Formats: sequence, structure tokens, C-alpha cells
Amino acid sequence: MPDTLRVCALYPQLMNIYADRGNLLLLRRRCEWRGIGFALSASDLGAPLDPDAADLFYVGGGQDRDQRLCALDMAECKREGLHAAADRGASMLAVCGGYQLLGHSYELGDETLPGVGLLDLRTVRVDGPRLIGNVAIEVELPGLERPRVLAGFENHGGRTHLGPAAQPLGRVLRGHGNDGAGGFEGVRRGNVIGTYLHGPLLPKNVWLADWLIARALGRDAPLSPLDDALEAAAHAEARRAAGV
Amino acid sequence: MKALEPKLAVARAVGGLARAAGRGGGTSLPGKVLMRLEPDAIRALSARLPQGSVAISATNGKTTTAAMVAAILARGGTRLVHNRAGANMAGGIASTLLEAARGGGIDGELGLFEVDEFWLPQLADELAPRALLLGNLFRDQLDRYGELETIAERWAEVVARLPAATALVLNADDPLVADLGRGRERVVTFGVEDDAMALAQMQHAADSKHCRRCGHAYVYEAVYLGHLGRYACPQCGARRPDPLVVAREVRLNGTRDAAFALAIGERRATVALPLPGLYNVYNALGAAALCHALGVPFEQIAAGLETVAAAFGRAETIALDGRALSILLIKNPAGANEVLRTLALEDGEIDLLAVLNDNTADGRDVSWVWDADFELLAGRVRRVTCAGTRAAELAVRLKYAGVEPARIAVVPELERALDAARADGAGPLYALPTYTALLALRDLLARRGVAPEYWR
Repeated sequence: MPDTLRVCALYPQLMNIYADRGNLLLLRRRCEWRGIGFALSASDLGAPLDPDAADLFYVGGGQDRDQRLCALDMAECKREGLHAAADRGASMLAVCGGYQLLGHSYELGDETLPGVGLLDLRTVRVDGPRLIGNVAIEVELPGLERPRVLAGFENHGGRTHLGPAAQPLGRVLRGHGNDGAGGFEGVRRGNVIGTYLHGPLLPKNVWLADWLIARALGRDAPLSPLDDALEAAAHAEARRAAGV
Repeated sequence: MKALEPKLAVARAVGGLARAAGRGGGTSLPGKVLMRLEPDAIRALSARLPQGSVAISATNGKTTTAAMVAAILARGGTRLVHNRAGANMAGGIASTLLEAARGGGIDGELGLFEVDEFWLPQLADELAPRALLLGNLFRDQLDRYGELETIAERWAEVVARLPAATALVLNADDPLVADLGRGRERVVTFGVEDDAMALAQMQHAADSKHCRRCGHAYVYEAVYLGHLGRYACPQCGARRPDPLVVAREVRLNGTRDAAFALAIGERRATVALPLPGLYNVYNALGAAALCHALGVPFEQIAAGLETVAAAFGRAETIALDGRALSILLIKNPAGANEVLRTLALEDGEIDLLAVLNDNTADGRDVSWVWDADFELLAGRVRRVTCAGTRAAELAVRLKYAGVEPARIAVVPELERALDAARADGAGPLYALPTYTALLALRDLLARRGVAPEYWR
């Protein structure tokens, strides 16, 4: 059983618009407090992605200009690596822009950018407002005995449509979700999770942070408990903000 | 505009009613009513100002910079029409003009307006300023303002529409802002030149790291604050313009004050600035450059900067039951980082009241607290009381930044939090409120009779 969680962040200098480093910090601290090692690496523009170099891959959101650069790079340099990593069961968390880029394609202005095709989804633009606001979804994950609430904030212009092979991450309790209409949010394929929820997501949903850590380390037994009084209060606040 | 007078009267009457109903001062309601009755009111009323107007926009420092300009101009006796309370959208500016309007004229010589960065396109057209100061652009309230690049594009359109005679005052150290001066004639730039102020590395929340012209990453010779610094693009050769208005030999004295050597061209003076932090040195440079563009003598600029008082909630200190309560507004990562950096200059452990709200004016999205470098306070906090609608989110942020959980208290309700924080400990207490929390804190302190007179 490995005693170090190896996390690889994709384009951490470019894809970090919604304080994505908060998600990485959550993972780091929650490992450290349990005596689990934590090693963070980065995969930047121009570098191929080594599928065996990490247990958990993270990709956040970026400004349109940066996201365009990353979309092209990801399709060219990292497509194979990402597929290989997912196929061997590595964990991934893709948030907002990163979520969009894992699909088949992504519309930006008049341009259709290629995705890496890891997930069966497409993101399109429509004439309509950005979908912005607090959001809460209900999620069922393997290994968790009951459905859990994931609460956060969404802010996206794109509408993401899941294909027949894709399974949503959760059911929208409050907020817009993938396309503002279908009642579903995010996507999950095995240990790969894509979601529009930022805020960052993990500080106010530490149960998901722990699920990701356990899956990435291949642990069946639950992680040792931590004093999560403040985290529980932050989760309650985020739910209240969403109206759940 | 013959029909304007009755509309002014109606809007004033609404303002009077709102005050009588206890809505307090500083409301932008009369201005909103006026804009509804007369959409061209700002243009019509500002045209009455015999010396015209100047406008200031930036993500951070608008209110303080305008206060500094006011302090400088006051020494020359200029009578200002100034939205000093910081109501900086159309309604607030219309209210300020309405309040100054007298018959067919106006009580004031020069308009001094801070303008919300999102509202700048509309308000720059209506105010037709003689001089426009653009101070900085940082990541701020993405749910409300959108991406930084979007604001930058809007500003570029504003600048393209400005008459050639309008002076443009730009921060040379902010590449996104400095580039707006490309190809224009009347440009005054300002910047810091002091290697001792350089950060060891670029802060995480730094935004504009890529060349506006060719997209390549800038190389920084020195980073002073966020993405502000001395930069150049190795690909296309674009570089920071040499600023005309410069601060050298900067000395930061904790949360109290600062000093620097001000240079404008060949002129030099040492300025003892009554406000703390490098961010206020930048505000002072912007104010100095704007006044220079207006033709204000150098001596008056240097002397005026030494008389500036803290703007509302910006490093203001109030006596509260034997403790010195300093209020430092935090509202976005870059601004919060400068407040945290300034706090970290204090000796020993500090007591904090940190208030995070997620109302519309704060931004509903509280993500930004994870971009701010609260790590600067790790090991430095004796006690922090977290309050506000998202008190626990802030508490979690501090915990993961390295503040011991035993030192963190969560008391969401502001009045209870203030009393808890005040009663626990002695000496200075630092309040870090977001915008609507600052307003609530002001009302609370005013009710207790400890707020300065001008707050009311």
C-alpha cells in the first residue's frame, strides 16, 4: 500500500482561475495530518503527460485565452497520457474549464476546440446568460453508503451535454448544472470526476477530498478521521448559500 | 436642458424621504431616481463644472487615491465635487452631482470621481474627464466582473474613444494598464523603483503574466505587488515604460505609515505618507501623477500627500473600549495580500476579527479567499474571530493556511463577534471586513458612538 499520494496538477499557472490551489492545499493538508506523504508535480505546456507519474491528476479552470492554449496543448501532448492514466484507474478531478476540456470538443467564441475525448460529453455555447451562482448537487459514489451533498459555486458560459456513455456526477438540488436545464451536474467515469463546482470545491466538501485520496491510494479501509468541526460548518454554510 | 430642474427636485425629495426613513447617508438612491427621470443627467450636470472632471478607476485603491488627490487639491483651494464615500457607479455619481447642483449651476469647480471599473465605459463617455487615471487591474469578483481580460478589453475601448486632449495617467508597473498608453500622446506614467521592495517570487494570485502584444510570458526584473513590477517581453521586446512619477527608497512602517522619495522628472522630495503599505505608495504615486497632469505644482503635491487621512475603512483606527481597532478592507486576492503583507510587518502575535460576507456587493463567490496568501499569518495569530455569512469558510481557509485551529473562533453574527474579539485580549485589534461587512461594522460602531463624525 503506497504511503504517499502523488498529485499532478495540469497547467497550474494557467488553469487556476477559481482559486484551484485551494483544492490542492486541501489534499496536501489532509494527507499530512494523517501521516500520508504528499508529492505535488506539475504538467505544463509542451510536456507529455506520464500516466504513471501520479495517483491523482487535477485540472482547474482558466481565462478563455489561457484555456485555449491549454486545450490545444492537451489534445496534442497529453491525450494519450490522460487516457492511459484513466484506463489504469488513476483518479482525476477536473473542475470547470478542465472538465470541459476532457470531453470531445469545446466551443469558444466561433471556434470549436478539440477535447481529449476522455469523457463522452460536448460543451457548446448558446445565446444566453452565463450560469452563475451557488449550487448543490446530490452525489452517490462507490464505497460511500449513502448519497452525499456536494455544495459550491458555478460560473460557466458553456453548456455541457453528456453523451449516452456518460454518467452524471450528481443530481442538481439547487443551481444550474451542466446545461441549465437537464437537472444533472458533472460527470463520473470510474475514478475520473468532472464538475462545474468550484469555490474551491474540496474545502467545503472534505468528504469528497477524502474519497479522492482513498481511491487514489487504492485503499478500501476508510482513512483515519480528522477533527472536521470547522469544515463541517463551512459545508453547512455552502449548502445554506445554495438554499439546501 | 430646460426640463432638468424639476427632475432634480423630485430626485432630491426622494433622497430626503429615504434619509427620513433611516436609510442613512451615502445612498445612491436619489441619483438612481434622477437617472431614471433623466438618463443624460450625469453629462448635463458634470458639464456645469467650470474646470471639468477627473476620473479614477482601478480594481484596488480607487477611494484612497481619490482621497489623496482631494488632499492635494485642497491645498490649492480647489472646490471639489467628489464621490468621497465611494459610491462609484452611475447612481452614486449622479447623487454626488445632484447634491452639488444649485439652480442652473453647481457648487464646485472640479469634479473628482472614482469610477467602478465595470462602469467606466459609460461613465467616461458621460463625464468626459480632462484626465483619466487607470491604476491597476486585478482578479476581482469573477461572478460580477467576469474575466480580467474582458475588463481590459473594455478599458482599451474606453481609451480609444478618449479625445486626444484627455490626459491618460497610467501605472507603468501594471503591464495590462501600461499598454493602454501605446500610441497616445498625453500620457503620464508612474511606478516604483526600489529593489528592496521586490518579492522573492510572484504571488500566486498574480494575473497578467503574458505579454499583451504577443502572448509570450513576461520576464520580471522585480515583482513588487501581484503582477506589478519591472517587466519585459523577451519575444517582442515590449517593456515597462520608464515612469515619469517615481517612488524610490520606500520605507514601510508596519500598519502605521510609510515614507518614500518622490520624483517627478527632475524634481525630488521625501514624502512621509500617513498611510501604510506599498499599496498606498502606489496610490500616492497615482494621485501625484494625476495632479501633475492637471498642472499642480510639485511642492503642493508632495505636501498634500503628507496630509491625507485614511479613507473610510482603509487602515482607519478607532478607539474601542481601550483597544485600538484598525479596519482594513479586504475584497479580492491582490488587495487582501497587501493588507496581509502589511499586517505581517507588525511585531509579535496579532489579534484579528475577520469578516467574510457573500452578499452581491462582496461577490457571491467566496473562492477568492483561497487565492489570498493567508499563509503570511501562519504562526503570527494569537486569536482570530471569524464572522460574516461565510465565517466558517474563512476559518477553514485560515486553518489550512497554518493557523492553529485552537486559535480560531467562529462567531458568524457581527456584533457578537466584535464583542468576543474585543473582550479577548488587549492592545491592537485588526478588523479585516469585506465590503458589506465594512458597512455593517460602520453602522455598529456609529450606533455605539465610537465612529468618526464623517461616517454618519
